[in-house]
Amino acid sequence: MSEYFHSVTLDKEACKGCITCVKRCPTEAIRVRNGKAQIIGERCIDCGECIRVCPHHAKLAVTDPLSAIEQFKYKIVLPPPSLFGQYKRQEDLELIRAALCDIGFDAVYEVAAAAELVSDATRRMMEEGKLNKPVISSACPAVLRLIRIRFPNLLDNVLPLSAPMEVAARLARAEAVAKTGLKPEEIGIAFITPCPAKATAIKNPMGTEKSEVDLAISVSEIYPVLLSAMNKCAKEGTGFDRAQSGRTGLSWGNSGGEAAATFTVRYLAADGIENVINVLEEMEDDRLSDQDFVELNACPAGCVGGVLNIENPYVAATRMKHLRNYRPVACNHIEGDSIPPEIQWDTKVEPVSAMRLDPLPQHSLKMMKEIEQIESKLYGLDCGSCGAPSCRALAEDIVLGHSTEDACIYLLKDKVEAVRESMLSLNIDSREKSGDKS
Amino acid sequence: MSSNSLHYHYVVPGDDFTQAGKASSAVKQILKQLGFNPQTIRKMSISLYEGEINMVIHAGGGEIDVDIDDEKITAVLTDRGPGIEDVELAMQDGWSTASEQVRGLGFGAGMGLPNMKKYSDELKIDTEVGKGTTVTIVVKLAS
Repeated sequence: MSEYFHSVTLDKEACKGCITCVKRCPTEAIRVRNGKAQIIGERCIDCGECIRVCPHHAKLAVTDPLSAIEQFKYKIVLPPPSLFGQYKRQEDLELIRAALCDIGFDAVYEVAAAAELVSDATRRMMEEGKLNKPVISSACPAVLRLIRIRFPNLLDNVLPLSAPMEVAARLARAEAVAKTGLKPEEIGIAFITPCPAKATAIKNPMGTEKSEVDLAISVSEIYPVLLSAMNKCAKEGTGFDRAQSGRTGLSWGNSGGEAAATFTVRYLAADGIENVINVLEEMEDDRLSDQDFVELNACPAGCVGGVLNIENPYVAATRMKHLRNYRPVACNHIEGDSIPPEIQWDTKVEPVSAMRLDPLPQHSLKMMKEIEQIESKLYGLDCGSCGAPSCRALAEDIVLGHSTEDACIYLLKDKVEAVRESMLSLNIDSREKSGDKS
Repeated sequence: MSSNSLHYHYVVPGDDFTQAGKASSAVKQILKQLGFNPQTIRKMSISLYEGEINMVIHAGGGEIDVDIDDEKITAVLTDRGPGIEDVELAMQDGWSTASEQVRGLGFGAGMGLPNMKKYSDELKIDTEVGKGTTVTIVVKLAS
């Protein structure tokens, strides 16, 4: 696996080379070169913003096909809380479970159930006072990657707990091994992913060396299959309620759910990548020091806003609110005094310096000077025609050796104009001088 | 000073809280791109932000000049505000002359100068009542 695996990728055929994604990328990770968008791997955080905005559907999320689960003897599926907001029926929790078994899974482990354990662990750690406040949620992998790249100072504030998806996979595998007697590798665990960031988190996890999740299947792929299975199961009846999670776990699918479950009074929840960046900027300057917990989700409205979902995020959020009313507060608690290792990070998340010019100040100062000299020559229109998101970004690209001044159409126009002027000023009556007039 | 030093000049408009913090935010972006030590960046951003806010609250704005070289970052904040009557008193935690209106906006907690002192490596305040104040903040680059 290469160091920079990304779920977000480009369909070259479909890309028209317009600069919509270039302009909207929160880490300036996209350039249009030779008429096609290119992703700068080390900067991409897989937030899916480019997939959301591309008018030509040329940005894709690489996920696994549903059929990939067939290679395993025992098949476990992990539905995230946000999945329950995708369907219209109120009784969905049980119906979705029955339908998932109907399409071939042997067991269902709700991610919301693991989320309740993470909430429990968060509360305990905050009570013990061992965490740096404000504590930043570590659940959204796009946000975690953003912090690594743009806000490394804040890594010490990040909650050192695994995301509910990872916790669910670890617990589900252990349970399945005990139940079936199969080897761990004979058990397949598929997460139904609402976003590319989770798919990337499976291939390139943070906070651990290897993810226990084997496959990421996109909501958009499983949605129709599941819908027909649900219709079938609704006719046949689903039997007693075996749902594994309560309001606490289910609320993780919406922005603010995880924060509310910490039971702290002073918390903040921001969603949508631009809002997240603004909050992180404030935190970095110590301006949110009166907060205990900060929940950040890259997608609008939280995971229900994931770019691979089908339903409008706000419609899904409302449905989930109704659904929660029929559930107990929580169904899962940590037993015993200590937080189980399955819930904790076992590897530190280190900063990634993808934005800096050079590790040596002497070099980076020199480069910055060159960038500013070039920038002052540019028109400051940020038109994007050169393929970079702004004039400043073009100047940086030039100094880094990735582009040239000729990429700017306005500078090119000036050059052409200068050529025209010099053509006109050529001494074209030289022939008369030499000739037969005298 | 090394030949590769960078200079930036910012004008801070007075009484406009929507603009307050723009200069320190711009400086922070530059420092990040220069790849300086995160702790150095944090020290400079926080002290510069406090200084910038002070100019907006107390002095009707002013100007900021920032110099960056491979040894240190120097910010000089100049205003033509009322000046500080008792610098020693102003340096105490929680002491503030900010108006009720300003406090209502969440500013004026009296931590501006103490924070600048805490986060900078050198802090120099030249002030004259009725004329204005010049604050010099120095943060050294961690090796």
